[in-house]
Amino acid sequence: MDASHSGIQEPFDLIRLSLSERVFVKLRGDRELTGVLHAYDGHMNLILSDVEETIMIVDHVDGAPEGHATVNVAKRKMEMLFVRGDGVILVSPPSRT
Amino acid sequence: MLIFSVFKTLTDQTVSVELKNDLSITGTLKSVDQFLNIRLDNIKVLDEGRHPHMMAVKNCFIRGSVVRYVQLPAEHVDTQLLEDATRRETAATKR
Repeated sequence: MDASHSGIQEPFDLIRLSLSERVFVKLRGDRELTGVLHAYDGHMNLILSDVEETIMIVDHVDGAPEGHATVNVAKRKMEMLFVRGDGVILVSPPSRT
Repeated sequence: MLIFSVFKTLTDQTVSVELKNDLSITGTLKSVDQFLNIRLDNIKVLDEGRHPHMMAVKNCFIRGSVVRYVQLPAEHVDTQLLEDATRRETAATKR
């Protein structure tokens, strides 16, 4: 298995190559973050800076037909944030366009 | 171990801990352990009206597993050092 030229052998390598880059993180509880990744560990605990959090709040209106729930989006910014790994669903590297 | 070290360097700094039940507690970080359990002094609860039972609490021990976020003082975090330490730790665990 010679993948050494790409530097990617295991899934965590994808996160390692995203260090000091802006990443997208999806979390439990309908939360998403974007921020610059500075540290992570094997639990996927993360330390991000310049973070924007997006919280999706789904309101199911009584009597409304299926699939017609309204979604409210709340956003907030944080300067430096530790994220506990057990809430992480995925980490996506920056889109290289 | 890396993140544990980061928290250790931040003792006596003011941090904001957000729990998985949406309770946000700001206080002075007094100590931390390998499970990232956290002890806070001089605590202040965000939105005290919604959590009146927390009003009398002045210091607390937070079980690491109930933490969602910790907001850190950015001026006390060396991001370059963090990235280098992360690369070193991942390299060490692969050997």
